[in-house]
Amino acid sequence: MTVATKVRPIIGLEIHVQLRTRTKLFCGCEVQTDAPPNSRVCGICLGHPGTLPVMNRVALESAALAGMALGCEIARFTKWDRKSYYYPDLPKNYQISQYDIPLAAGGTFEFDVDGSPREIRIRRAHLEEDAGKNIHDTPGCTLVDLNRTGTPLLEIVTEPDLASADDTYAFCVELQRLVRHLGVSEADMQKGHMRFEPNVNVAIEHNGREYRTPIAEVKNINSFKFVRQAISYEIERQVAVWEENNDYVIGKASNENRGWDADRGVTEFQRGKEAAHDYRYFPDPDLLPVQLSDETLGSIRAQLVERPVQRRRRFASEYGLSMKDAETIVEHRPTADLFDEVIKLGGPAEIAGKQFVNVWLKHANDRGVAVTELGVEAARIAELAKMTAEGTVNKTAANQLADAMLTRSNCPSALAKELGLVQVQDADATARWVDEAFAANQQAVSDARTNPKKMQAAIGFLRGQVMKLSGGKADPKLVGKLIEERLQQP
Amino acid sequence: MTTPLDIPVAEIAAGVRIGKLSALDIVSLALARVESLQPQLRAFISVDADRAMNLARKIDEQRAAGREIGALAGVPVAVKDNMCTTFGATTCGSKILAPFHAQEAAHVVDQLESAGAIVIGKTNLDEFAMGSSTENSAFFTTANPWDVSRVAGGSSGGSTAAVAARLIPGALGSDTGGSIREPASFCGIVGLKPTYGRVSRYGLVAYGSSLDQIGPIARTARDAALLLSVIAGHDPRDSTSANEPAPDYVAALDRPIRGLRIGVSEEYFGAGLNHEVQATVRAAIAAIESQGATVLPIHLPHMKYGIACYYLIATAEASSNLARFDGVHYGHRTPRPADIIDLYSSTRGEGFGAEVKRRIMLGTFALSSGYYDAYYLKALKVRTLIKSDFESAFRDVDVIASPVAPTIAFPIGEKSDDPLAMYLADIYTVSANLAGIPAISIPCGFDASGLPVGMQLMGNYFAEDRLLNIAHQYQQVTDWHNHMPALG
Repeated sequence: MTVATKVRPIIGLEIHVQLRTRTKLFCGCEVQTDAPPNSRVCGICLGHPGTLPVMNRVALESAALAGMALGCEIARFTKWDRKSYYYPDLPKNYQISQYDIPLAAGGTFEFDVDGSPREIRIRRAHLEEDAGKNIHDTPGCTLVDLNRTGTPLLEIVTEPDLASADDTYAFCVELQRLVRHLGVSEADMQKGHMRFEPNVNVAIEHNGREYRTPIAEVKNINSFKFVRQAISYEIERQVAVWEENNDYVIGKASNENRGWDADRGVTEFQRGKEAAHDYRYFPDPDLLPVQLSDETLGSIRAQLVERPVQRRRRFASEYGLSMKDAETIVEHRPTADLFDEVIKLGGPAEIAGKQFVNVWLKHANDRGVAVTELGVEAARIAELAKMTAEGTVNKTAANQLADAMLTRSNCPSALAKELGLVQVQDADATARWVDEAFAANQQAVSDARTNPKKMQAAIGFLRGQVMKLSGGKADPKLVGKLIEERLQQP
Repeated sequence: MTTPLDIPVAEIAAGVRIGKLSALDIVSLALARVESLQPQLRAFISVDADRAMNLARKIDEQRAAGREIGALAGVPVAVKDNMCTTFGATTCGSKILAPFHAQEAAHVVDQLESAGAIVIGKTNLDEFAMGSSTENSAFFTTANPWDVSRVAGGSSGGSTAAVAARLIPGALGSDTGGSIREPASFCGIVGLKPTYGRVSRYGLVAYGSSLDQIGPIARTARDAALLLSVIAGHDPRDSTSANEPAPDYVAALDRPIRGLRIGVSEEYFGAGLNHEVQATVRAAIAAIESQGATVLPIHLPHMKYGIACYYLIATAEASSNLARFDGVHYGHRTPRPADIIDLYSSTRGEGFGAEVKRRIMLGTFALSSGYYDAYYLKALKVRTLIKSDFESAFRDVDVIASPVAPTIAFPIGEKSDDPLAMYLADIYTVSANLAGIPAISIPCGFDASGLPVGMQLMGNYFAEDRLLNIAHQYQQVTDWHNHMPALG
């Protein structure tokens, strides 16, 4: 047995993303995979003899948009090919896909892992129809639900540029953000809108030589967590197998397909790749080749929005948001759009960012709605942030104001006046409250002056007393300053 | 004796329109004649008499009520049984689809019936349109009305026999490599394969999707023009359907043909062509020349690769098109399969006939990895060469004249054990499918034994009007189309 000293994982992915279209890729059936079984089907998606496919232009344009966002070159000429294999959930026994001329190819995609930038090359992205579902839960028979048959799928193939399970996890999450941001997919993992097939092997350095284990393709994973687990498992498994047998390398052992068993947390051998399927691809004679004019490509490109990764980086660098807050806001495109609007309307970035996450997003989460659905417009959000930054209201008052803004459409300055939440900047008045608090709390004053152990707590207590006396309207900064000064005096 | 079935489509429709003829009478006559000749000819796979009579009654009622009736109102027609109908089964002449009932009618069936034509039934064919004699039908072989010991040709032999025997005045066939023209030639009638894309394939069960085209079968060019006018045109459900308006084919019939240039390629008159067929076709070309057309020699150098090219492309597409017949979702399913693989293989083993299996295997092979480039891809390249042969020929001539088939109708059984000899029956017809150009078969005489011979005219893309025009003018000076087979 050899012990591997230096191990470098090599990971690439195939990802299937279900595009968000009203109808299927080649027929007019509604895309609604959770409808009663076989209720969203027609002769075309059932492959009835005599029926013919007609391409869904919206699906093509969504796929092209996604391809552009992945940094790919979009083919001006592409076509449809038939991929032949027999399976009961594939009624025609061929899948309409794109073989040698993918819609999109040669891209680069950026993402961040814990704030540090990464890049992955995208080999290709093509459009194809999904198959139905075989359901094996009835003993003695297999049921087939063809609602999903013909649903448009974008298949994305990356280069093997990823070096760890964590990086792969981050990439998958970022890809979900991207397709959601573009609006081309709901990317709902629960509904199987994104399915991952990681290709994993490892390069092992040993005695100055590099050994590469055979590539394992882990099929059809539908959760980010499982992607990470399956890759970690594969890395360990492959290293262990190699340590037992140094001939476990490409060329001597065959690549294989494996399946992820989530219950046991292991991958399982499915089939060797030397017995690869012959799919007998050939151009589908029922469909015309697709030509994309510069004009069409231009109008698709016009729908391209800032990618979430860039947006997050911009929120951090331009607005000074923490990466965490930037991530939270950019998670949802309308939320990020709203935030950009708030800044544009003069919301001071730092306070606006904090308030957005801690106040507005919190309210939205509590109500189970998007922040854009709270009924509080960008202008009012910006104004509140500005009032807070300028000291017109303090933080506590700002929270109270926000509550009021949820149920009333008045501007926050009017509401602040009405509710008596405007911060008192009057130094004399504040000094009187400080005097009052000092007089009423001799023990605390003495602790603050002389007892190092209790000093901080005593100052905090005094500040609280002052705020209380002011009815919450005193400027905490001013209060702090006056307390400091007063403590210096005998 | 002249019955309404002996008069042309246009006259039947006109007669029904003015009330001189009753749709019900005509349809009843047709149904009776179909029934009495079915034992001899076996032209029909299914007939829906009740439906046909009900439709006929409705048309008579509409006319009586003064309502508008269509251009083909009351005309009994039939369609090849690879076109979907919502009545009866759509079998494709195959056991595997014997129990298949389509949910939607083919575009052409809708077009015919919305013009008032009455589809009385579905005609016999070689299984999945694969063949040149209808002997590959899983049900029975259609006989040639001129000699019932001979084949009607194929694969649209049921439609051509029915029209030739005056069971109906018009029918539809489909043509992938000659399946309208060769049986039309064998049966002494007119058969037109339109330009690829001229007629929607929606509802036509695919054999070779890039070659298949539906076309009219009738006794005269005028009737064929009338039928084509009804079925031609754009259909958004077929992506390969041409978005070109269909001209008035009937109006174009009377154009003069003086000065037209007829190309003749000696590649179509080489070895293997029956002498009598050759002489008859040459005489017909001379007749057109004497009507004022000019005959010019042309060269189609790649025509000789047509059969090889066709049998690779058509079978490759067929192997994929027929993959769906697996017993899982519809059609025949083997009883008690052991497992899913057995379900597939036994269903298909039982359901398909020998020729269909042969072509599926051939096509599967041609598309297999390692063979794709040498066979399928090479065939596509040859196809491009054949296409450009025609494109350059049509710079010099308006149409190209040739025989339709190398022989007259052959005896039933003569070639059924020799697939290669059978494939050669398509030698003059496949090129038009490969190039996608229109071509027509016109009756142009009889051999010494009294069997019909056809002449083929091939035209440039969308030149159906010109082909029908020449055929019509030829029929003005000849009476081959008025000969009638001696049947009961």
